[in-house]
Amino acid sequence: MPAAFVLKRLALAVPTLVGVAVIVFVLLRVVPGDPIAMMIPPGATEADIANLRRVYGLDSSILQQFLQWAGQILQGEFGTSISMRRDVLDLILGRLPATLELAVAAILLAVALGTGLALLGTWGQGGPLEVLVDGFTGLTLAIPDFLWGLIFILLLGVAWPILPISGRIDPRLGVEFATGFYLAESLLRGEWRIFGGIVAHLVLPAVALALPLVAAVARLLKASLQAVLQEDYIAMARARGMGRWRIILREGLQNAAIPTVTLGGVQFTFLIGGTVLIERIFSYPGIGNMAIGAVIQRDLPLIQGLVLTFALIFIVVNLAVDMSYAALNPRLRR
Amino acid sequence: MTGAVAAPAGGERPRTGALAAALRNPRVWFGGLVGLALLLAAVFAPLLAPHDPLQQDLMLGQLPPFWVPGAEPGYPLGTDSLGRDLASRLIYGARVAVIVAVVAALAAAVLGTVLGLLAGFFGGWVDALVSRLVDIWMAFPAVLLAIVLVAVIGTGLEAVIVAIAVIDWTRFCRVIRAETLVQKEQDYVLAARTLGLARLRTLYSEVLPNVMPLLLTLLTLEMGIAIIVEAILSFVGLSISSDEPTWGGLIAEGRQYVHDAWWIMSFPILCLIVVVLGLNALGDGLRRVLDPVMRR
Repeated sequence: MPAAFVLKRLALAVPTLVGVAVIVFVLLRVVPGDPIAMMIPPGATEADIANLRRVYGLDSSILQQFLQWAGQILQGEFGTSISMRRDVLDLILGRLPATLELAVAAILLAVALGTGLALLGTWGQGGPLEVLVDGFTGLTLAIPDFLWGLIFILLLGVAWPILPISGRIDPRLGVEFATGFYLAESLLRGEWRIFGGIVAHLVLPAVALALPLVAAVARLLKASLQAVLQEDYIAMARARGMGRWRIILREGLQNAAIPTVTLGGVQFTFLIGGTVLIERIFSYPGIGNMAIGAVIQRDLPLIQGLVLTFALIFIVVNLAVDMSYAALNPRLRR
Repeated sequence: MTGAVAAPAGGERPRTGALAAALRNPRVWFGGLVGLALLLAAVFAPLLAPHDPLQQDLMLGQLPPFWVPGAEPGYPLGTDSLGRDLASRLIYGARVAVIVAVVAALAAAVLGTVLGLLAGFFGGWVDALVSRLVDIWMAFPAVLLAIVLVAVIGTGLEAVIVAIAVIDWTRFCRVIRAETLVQKEQDYVLAARTLGLARLRTLYSEVLPNVMPLLLTLLTLEMGIAIIVEAILSFVGLSISSDEPTWGGLIAEGRQYVHDAWWIMSFPILCLIVVVLGLNALGDGLRRVLDPVMRR
């Protein structure tokens, strides 16, 4: 991929980030009227309030306030959480690996399952297998992922309890980790029992999170595969005596992947947003669960830091999708 | 559903045609019945509920539903952990669902339709402005937007309704704008303009009625979405107070005691699934019935 293309995309991400920062600033600092009123502990005196006002620079103009705020953010100063009395950045960085592991697991699962279903549906085109695949994707899309998560809890956590439904790791194991990436760390250290336990905790939230994307990938990839298989060069391959699976995999998949990657990118951002709720449902200790807690506690500095973190993730994901799209489709690189 | 009532599809009497076609569509029947049942439960909740939904009886906590051993007569679906009757809480929970479905979906529809009509009909800078706004809006995931909005405007039913309208107007805006672009090129709009009808008047009296079928379909689907969003917000404790019976609130409570009392969480989930599938079917059926191309 040419460096100019990468640089151009990176440059385009900057105004988006500034836009998000302005929106967050306006929504959380200007709209509520008096942010100090939301920050003061009960029993604060007039002098305390005036002091806080000066500390947060609220006696200067809005533009000055924004620049000062943005400057602090750029230096990684997100302030102190009101409810947990700890540095916001530390709190977020402590929870972020859990969310990243969950999201990556869900994405891998969605691509694998979605591609598998699309291939099955294409292979069994016009037969009962395709009806089955269509029925599955239809049902998956009709019921929102919020309900899927809860259905999984009832079926696989309670009625037939084969998988854990809360948290990230069995607390009784009492393992210490050097990083927040429990899954990767236990794998690298070769501690299979712990790794297995973490995977078991990850299965249900990851599947619930992945389902909408599985359905979307399966549907679109199947449609594009079936369209590609109508092309002349497929008939040529068939005439040369290539087998059905070989045609689908070798000739079809590569050409059908481009629209799926574009859609996958859009859906991936939905998936990141979905972690908020899925983490809550499965008591999973990531930044999404933390965001809901922060809103309930009205912990303004923490909300602000989390929203900016999510925005940064979305921008990075979109960038990555743009680039993989360009890598797949050489016509777009110019 | 005999073929005897078959009305001419389209043609001279398009309205009766659409109505008759709707009554022959099984999706419309299923969805309509689910919607009607929800509405009746909400309106007649005090008559239907066997108990006061707020009345606690700690001696009767976590009673199972009637077919499970240990159930008490008079509590058909069992009780929650504070001994409140589940059937009654579910029936009263329909009230919040209906209010949100109607008010929030209508608010989102009005906001999105007005902007979509204006953008599609006038084009130019109006269209550029609205379309850019939609793009920015949709780049931000709905759940996160909802959380930020609730953080800013606070919790409660009004806040939930405002949040849904502010987030979901883009669904209407995009579709209505595209449909207006199509309708604008039709002969009847040209005729109205030639007759000297003012532009806004043309938009209101000629274009709007013609996007109405589409709007109705979108509104039905949005009602299902609004019910789910409210359930999500009350599940995480950001909707109305947890004492008030809501389906999302019941799910949150059931999630806590899921290993001791699976039924607390199961029934509200079942209600949500049926309602969402019903409203989806209704919207889908209406789309098929109201779209003259698909009706044939």
